[in-house]
Formats: sequence, C-alpha cells, structure tokens
Amino acid sequence: MQGYLGIDVGSVSTNLVVIDDDCNVLVDVYLRTRGQPIQVVQEGMRQVEEALKGKNVEICGVGATGSARILTGVIVGADTVKNEITAHAVAATHMVPDVQTVLEIGGQDSKIILLRDGIVVDFAMNTVCAAGTGSFLDHQAARLNIPIEQFGELALESKSPVRIAGRCSVFAESDMVHKQQMGHPVQDIIAGLCDALVRNYLNNVGKGKEILPPVVFQGGVAANVGIRAAFERALGMKIIVPEYFHVMGAIGAALLAKSATKGKGDTHFRGFAVSDMEYQASSFECHGCPNLCEIVNISVNGELLARWGGRCGKWDTLQKTG
Amino acid sequence: MKISFPYMGTSNIVAGYLLENLGHEVIHPPVPSKRTLSLGVQHAPEFACLPFKIVLGTYLEVVEMGAEVLITSGGCGPCRAGYYGEMHKRILHDLGYPVEMIVMEPPLVEPVDFFKKLHRLVKPKGYFNLIGVVRVAWAKMKALDDLERTLHELRPLVFAKKQLNRIYDEGLEAIRRANSVKEVVAARNDTLEAMRSLPVDHDYEPLRIGLIGEIYVVLEPFANHDIERILGEMGAYVHRSIFMANWLLDNVLAHGEKDVRAAAVPFLNQMVGGHGQNSVGEVVRYAAKGYDGVIQLAPFTCIPEIVAKSIMPAVSKAKGIPVMTLFLDEQTGQAGIETRLEAFLDLLRQRRRKREAS
Repeated sequence: MQGYLGIDVGSVSTNLVVIDDDCNVLVDVYLRTRGQPIQVVQEGMRQVEEALKGKNVEICGVGATGSARILTGVIVGADTVKNEITAHAVAATHMVPDVQTVLEIGGQDSKIILLRDGIVVDFAMNTVCAAGTGSFLDHQAARLNIPIEQFGELALESKSPVRIAGRCSVFAESDMVHKQQMGHPVQDIIAGLCDALVRNYLNNVGKGKEILPPVVFQGGVAANVGIRAAFERALGMKIIVPEYFHVMGAIGAALLAKSATKGKGDTHFRGFAVSDMEYQASSFECHGCPNLCEIVNISVNGELLARWGGRCGKWDTLQKTG
Repeated sequence: MKISFPYMGTSNIVAGYLLENLGHEVIHPPVPSKRTLSLGVQHAPEFACLPFKIVLGTYLEVVEMGAEVLITSGGCGPCRAGYYGEMHKRILHDLGYPVEMIVMEPPLVEPVDFFKKLHRLVKPKGYFNLIGVVRVAWAKMKALDDLERTLHELRPLVFAKKQLNRIYDEGLEAIRRANSVKEVVAARNDTLEAMRSLPVDHDYEPLRIGLIGEIYVVLEPFANHDIERILGEMGAYVHRSIFMANWLLDNVLAHGEKDVRAAAVPFLNQMVGGHGQNSVGEVVRYAAKGYDGVIQLAPFTCIPEIVAKSIMPAVSKAKGIPVMTLFLDEQTGQAGIETRLEAFLDLLRQRRRKREAS
C-alpha cells in the first residue's frame, strides 16, 4: 500500500500522520516539541515506523509544515515544504469540503482562514500578541494545578463566568490572580478566561473578517470544550471540530506531499533510519557586514547537510565554516 | 561642527553627499543593525514606534562617533513623527549628549523656519555652490531610484538572483563615489546594463504585488526584514509605492499626491496623519492597475496605519484585491514573516489560477 507522511513541527507540538491513497489517516502521532525539534521529529519517526509495522505501507511522499518546516524538510527529506496556513486550509477543505471559515489556534500562534468555493481568499495570523494561544492556556493550567485536558470541562461547569482582560497574556494573568484572590471559584475564572481568549481572537485575528458557516475549529486548543462553547456563544453558530483536529497541519502536509509526488513515482524521503542518525545544529553570527546574520548549520553524522540564515548568499555553499 | 542624520534606505547616499559638499564635516550613519535596534529600544519610550527606536539607535551610534549636530525632518501631524526630533533631542540630552537638533519642517508649511535653517546649512560655501551640489544630489537620487526599480523588476525573472543583488550593491557604491552628474549617469547606465545582461526566464509571469505603508518601514530594509528581497526571491514582482525622488517632489515641495488621496476619498476622506490616507488610495490604484495583491507595512502602534488597516477590508472587497497587513516591531526572527508571505503568495496564485480558468 502507498502511504504519504505529513509532519507538522510547531512551537508546542509536533504531529506526524500517514495517509493512504484514499486519504484515510493510517497513523497519527502527537508529541510535545519541548524546544527540541530535531529530537522530536526523530522520536516521531520511530513511533510512526512502529505503528506501521506489519501493515506493508510504503512511504511515497513526505510533506513538512509548521514553524520548523525547513529544518524538518532537511532532516527527513521532504518532497514539499509548505507554510502552515496553506497546510491547514488544505486539510480543512479535505475534511469539510464546503468549509468557509477555519479557526486555528495552536501553541504559539492563532490564525483565521477564509475560504470561498474551496479557495483561500483571506487569512490573518496574530502578529505581535500571543494572548489566546495554547501555550498561555497550558501555562495557566499548570499554575492552577489543573490537567490541561480537564480545563475545558471545568469551564463548562461555570454558572457565572468572571470577566478577564484578554488583551495581553500578562494582563490576563494578573486579572485572573486578582479574581482568584477575591475568592471566585476556579470554574468561573476558567470560563472567564475562555471568553476572554475568544473575544481577543475575534477582535485581534478575526477583525473585519466575514465569518460564514460552516466554521471549522482546529489546532490543539480545539480540544478545549470551554473554548469551543465560547466560540459558539460569541459567533452564534455551530462550530465543527473535525476528528483529527489536533493533527490537521500534518494531514495538510501529507495531502500536499501526495499531490506533489503524483505521477513522479519517486520521493526524497530519507527513510525511517533518520531516527537513528546523529543530527547536530549549530549557529554563529556572521560579522561580514552590519546585518550580523545568524547562520544555522545542520549536520548529520558530522557532515554538513544544510545551512541557512544568511542574507547575501556568502554561506550558501556548504563548505566548512571557520 | 560634525553633522549627521538618520539612516533610511539608500537616502543616506544622497544626504551624505549633500551635507559633505555644502562644506560640513559629516559623520556617516552606519547601516542599522541589531545593535542600533537594541540601543534604540533601551532608551525609547516603550510604545514609541519602530522608526523612532531605530532612528534613536542611529543617533546614539553617531554621537559615539562624534556627531554634534543632527539633522532630521519634521512634520505637521497628526502622526507622532512630527515630535520625534524634539523627543530624540531630549532623550539624547538626558543621556549626556548635548547635541543640537536641526528639524527641517516642510517648506510649504513653515517657509520662514525652513529657509532660516537652510541658510545655516548653505552658508559655509554659499548659494552658488548649492546649485551645483543639488544638481548632483538630485541626479543621484533619481539614479538610485532607477536602480532599485530595475532590481525589483528583474529579481523574480533572473536565474542568478544573488548575482543580481551583488551588481546592484556595487552600483550603489559607484553612485556614492560619483562626483558629477556625468559620473552619476555613467554609474547608473553601467549598472543598469550589467543588471539587464543577466539571463531571465521569459516565460515566467510573476505575481505583482504593491508595497504600501509608513515611509520608514517601507524604505528601510532593516526595519522590514528586507521584504522586497524575500518576495523577489520567492518569485514575486514588488512595486513600491514610495520612492525618494517622487516622494520629495510630491510631499515636500508641493502639497501633492492629490491623485492618490483622491482615490482614497470614497473610503477615507480626510488626512489621518502619516501615510494613512495614501495607503488606502494606493490600494485603489493598485487594484485599478491589475495588481494581484497589496502588502501594507506598519510599525506596531502606528495610528495612521491602524486607521488605514481598519478600512482595508472594505477597500479590498469593493476593489477585489487582497491586502495583507504586517505590523513590524523589534522582532528579528524572520520565520514568521516568511510564513505569512508564503501563504499570501499561495492565496494570490490560487486566485489567479481560478480567474484564468473562468
């Protein structure tokens, strides 16, 4: 059987999926990036290989997306390297063909994608503010000593959510602390936080955008039923959370890999052996001009594999660095 | 009296030549770097915009190099930049640098003040000298703009993109060195010829993108992650709405750009400061010229561009042209910008394909 591997390496989570020729998901792996993109990709590859054992699947194409997509593409040998906005849109259209709005909230960023007739017509991504993203929810869950998985359900128990400032995660946190010290129950605070995040998202990322149904909500934060409910309240419409909401970026990358390798019959995939190779990343600041570019070297088993970060092209040829 | 000025794109070549040849000792500002930014951020008010911070950083670098007089442009609001000269001066004084700040106000708004300051700058060598110097400076400005326009035009088409960048950089230096109109024109022509001699892909039709927004972040590559280069290397043709020569003609020597402002009127019928109204008008014009999309560059917290941005959805819908706004602040990580640009180009490509299919 032919399979296509999609890898989405984001700030918080790293997701890998394998789809078959009919675009069914065969394997999905969800891992925490923990600031170690290379190791987590290797660990993910190990798990995918394990899950595929005995299934007779041959990987015929690989796609990489997410903020570490270039790095990932080099490590695994990707056939296509695409930004996560396009990848998410491709996956959403595949799952819900008539989708008109995609809400995506990940670890470090949040985006809105508008589609009409299956084509992306507009999108926005938070630029200078991280309030309302998964890492902030994670941080708050840890601070309140509540497992993140129960965060949303607790919010649903609230009868009267308190008002939390959602403009900025630092302000939100101090507002939450003040309310909690006043004696408000934790459920009301969490529900208030969900409302605040949704308000901030719609005002910041969704500003001026025409949100039409069907609305698909994806990304790690879509697991949070409290946020889901807050979106439904704020928008006054039903929100669709697809089955594989947490790995949609990876599904998009796999779909893109499938169409990139269609009819070509060969792939750049370096094989599952990459999980046992020794990858090193190093960086240095080039002092050739005032740009002071930060150059990154990626080497495998001691040999230089890729290098990037320079503006001028001086470092584009892969010779030894001084 | 050692004199210096803010660094903004290629304008430093013209400003440096002008001041030097009017008979001043010039401290040439260094290209803005991470150090410039860090210095500026450290000493600027938190919510001041990125241009304020980078320019302050430049000032701190040039006063270290011995500058005693700083010359900058003023403005007449409602954009905050009109006060920046005064703010910068006070910050520098507080830090123990007793610099003098010469703020050139627009001549049509403050003619007396303008000519008083001009007189001071011209005095060392007199007015006869001024005519010759201005002629060369003007030639340099036009030549620099020509080079840049050609660079943008060729970048998506040539195969050897880095070689093109190199020829362009060498051309800038040749124009910097030139000492007469004749030398400027020769440097310009040689560079253009070298650029045009590179092999190009004749069958490729690049996406056409208009670049609009606040002047400093549009003109200074350090402030905008060198967005023109990134887009060009991704294969898009970038047309910038602001070039030095036309901006000077339209905005400083005349209350100009009336056609751009007129184009904005159905959506925004008044000045909102800075380049806010222009940004709206430029989108209308790019749509009329059949561009595929527009990218608006705005410093974080810039009120005129925030006003313009909030009007963009209406303009975009009415004129059928996608607009993406990028707010720029002190982040130097480029991955985020590249992700957005890549996704925007994907969107435009899909749109074009759909239009061609129907």
